[in-house]
Amino acid sequence: MMRKTRVAAQFKIKINRNLCIDCRKCVNGCGWSAIRYDDHNLIPENHKCVGCHYCVYSCPTGAISIEKNSLAFADHGHWTPYYIENVYRQAEQGGMLLAGTSNDRPVIDLWSHMIFDACQVTNPPIDPIREPMELRTYLGRKPDNIKVEKDKSGYKLQTELYPNLKLETPILFSAMSFGAVSLPVHQALVKAAKNMGTFMNCGEGGLHESLYPYSDQVIVQVASGRFGVDQKYLKNCAAIEIKIGQGAKPGIGGHLPGEKVGQEISKTRMIPEGTDAISPAPHHDIYSIEDLRQLIYALKETVGYKVPVGVKIATVNNVAAIASGVVRAGADILYLDGGQGGTGAAPTVIRNNMGMPIEIALAVVDDQLRKEGIRHQASIIAAGGFRDSGDVAKAIALGADAVSIGTAPLIAIGCHMCKKCYTGNCSWGIATQREDLVSRLDVDYAEEMLTNLVRAWSLEIKEMLGAMGLNSIESLRGNRERLRGIGLDQNTLNILGIKAAGN
Amino acid sequence: MFQLDGTELHYRKLNEQIKLLAQKIENIQIDNVSGQPYIGAGLTGKLQLIINGVPGNNLGVFMDGAEIFVHDNAQDLIGNTMNEGKIVVHGHCGDVIGYGMRGGEIYIRDRAGYRAGIHMKGHEEKFPVIVIGGTVGDFTGEYMAGGVIIVLGLNSEEPLVGDYLAVGMHGGAIYLRGEIDEETLAPGVGILPMDEKDLFLLRRHVKEYCAHFGENMEQIMAKKFTKIGPLSHRPYKRLYSY
Repeated sequence: MMRKTRVAAQFKIKINRNLCIDCRKCVNGCGWSAIRYDDHNLIPENHKCVGCHYCVYSCPTGAISIEKNSLAFADHGHWTPYYIENVYRQAEQGGMLLAGTSNDRPVIDLWSHMIFDACQVTNPPIDPIREPMELRTYLGRKPDNIKVEKDKSGYKLQTELYPNLKLETPILFSAMSFGAVSLPVHQALVKAAKNMGTFMNCGEGGLHESLYPYSDQVIVQVASGRFGVDQKYLKNCAAIEIKIGQGAKPGIGGHLPGEKVGQEISKTRMIPEGTDAISPAPHHDIYSIEDLRQLIYALKETVGYKVPVGVKIATVNNVAAIASGVVRAGADILYLDGGQGGTGAAPTVIRNNMGMPIEIALAVVDDQLRKEGIRHQASIIAAGGFRDSGDVAKAIALGADAVSIGTAPLIAIGCHMCKKCYTGNCSWGIATQREDLVSRLDVDYAEEMLTNLVRAWSLEIKEMLGAMGLNSIESLRGNRERLRGIGLDQNTLNILGIKAAGN
Repeated sequence: MFQLDGTELHYRKLNEQIKLLAQKIENIQIDNVSGQPYIGAGLTGKLQLIINGVPGNNLGVFMDGAEIFVHDNAQDLIGNTMNEGKIVVHGHCGDVIGYGMRGGEIYIRDRAGYRAGIHMKGHEEKFPVIVIGGTVGDFTGEYMAGGVIIVLGLNSEEPLVGDYLAVGMHGGAIYLRGEIDEETLAPGVGILPMDEKDLFLLRRHVKEYCAHFGENMEQIMAKKFTKIGPLSHRPYKRLYSY
């Protein structure tokens, strides 16, 4: 017998029957079956509603609204409804709480405590519409020094350069596996990446056949499960990334539940249909920096040193020392995934309590690598909760070569942050493998939205550069002098390597 | 047969030469190999590689189709994430062999170290096989998702396998020549009955083992084997609340 849960409905579905034309788009559209049609009546099942607003979007007459079911608990500053309801859930089900997206508890957001400098009177700003503005970014190892020789035809570079990724804007799409997201998401991401001269990361679930024609825009991931990793995968990519950790869930692995492993995912991951796809917490061939070096060079040997090999780590307490080890192990790109990074599924307690904000991690890693004189040996990609181009530009000023975004692109294509990615019922066709839901996400539409987002942020970055009197992203990179902190204690300012506003 | 001399040859040069030769030649013998890692990384096609000496770590990593015969001991990480092909070691080998292996076969004449066959997996016609003639260390077959590991325990008084056998296993099978206390197995893993299919598979690979190393097939098969496998291919059910 199904027991009634003590967790009250989060939302109330309000349907204005005067506007309703009985088209039942809401009934068919809801991935959660939260609206039932019964004997010419629309019956909301509020406890199933997750607040994803797909019904609101699909209703042709605007008859639906979703409201918070704000039940009044007795006031308690410590035992807020969040904790009370989670205790109900765990008492009833006896498992770890599972969560999607990024940490949803109030967090100290350092980006909002940083401001940029701008030009006034003493130095002229630049208008990016009138003058060239360079966002081009190269990711990969740079040579220790370069040798140039002059002959009759001009200057010639004598130094052999390492393979680098060429980006027209310092924004990449983060790793989200086919499995965590649907195939149209992957297809739209890779097309938008191509449009904008940047790259998508296919995540650890392999690369679907339909993406191989775009493999020049794809960074392929090698994670502990080694799903979909074969010759074709490694030899058809722009770069390879070894995934050690993920910002939303440092120190733990992942698994794609068997229900989601259908035919296409089974083929792409190269595992049997219906089995759990388990990524162990560590790579069991990497227990040390020396072991990491072996995998990096095994990959380089396999692909003939033709593409950069990067390593993705979550930002944890000793991130600077770890980053130094990773770079010395031979990583060409160091991907730092901050504590505010997203996930399709992670235990809530891990997501909310582990991992350091990217702001801090980025500053300390950049400092450490500079101190050791190895900053040029690897480019830094920063990730973990970038919400707008302001966050992006600040990360670059703190020392990132580029940033990677995952949540923002999903929002761009419809995600309403209902935080239920792990259920597979995403009404927007994003975090699901259900055919009825996946089919509603149009690839061309999503491609346009993603292209627009990156275009818009790139324009804004140029505008900010212009305001600071800079004409190239290279001049902002690691330029912490142009940042000031507000409302931060001296220790945090020291760690970030920025002055307080007014200083 | 083309002969290469591995004396004081850096692994990068060695691999470059192998790759270059592999375009034209199907048989290469490398003498005086001494610890060069990544030999045969990502090799494809029909190539046969004979190695005289001890190859370094990651022998045949990401390999897809070639055959490697080692006439000595081998080190760690043999056949790492291998997709297809065969690696035969006339001696002992180190740790972490066949990690994430999806296809192909590895035959070790003697003992293998820790973490053998972690997260091996099969897919469609891909069916990875590891045969270990001696005993094997701790963590064998952890997270195993497909394929088979066969441990023969020949010429040894040591326990057949180390501790933590098949933890997190959710596919494939491990055949041990001898008995094991079911109590020592991880939750979700158990001793399964052997049927004709199992015996057919065993005979096939033991036969090949004997062909490589000159052992007596009937003598090996005379002893009873124990099959270990997952009780569920969904080990991660009921871990979560929603």
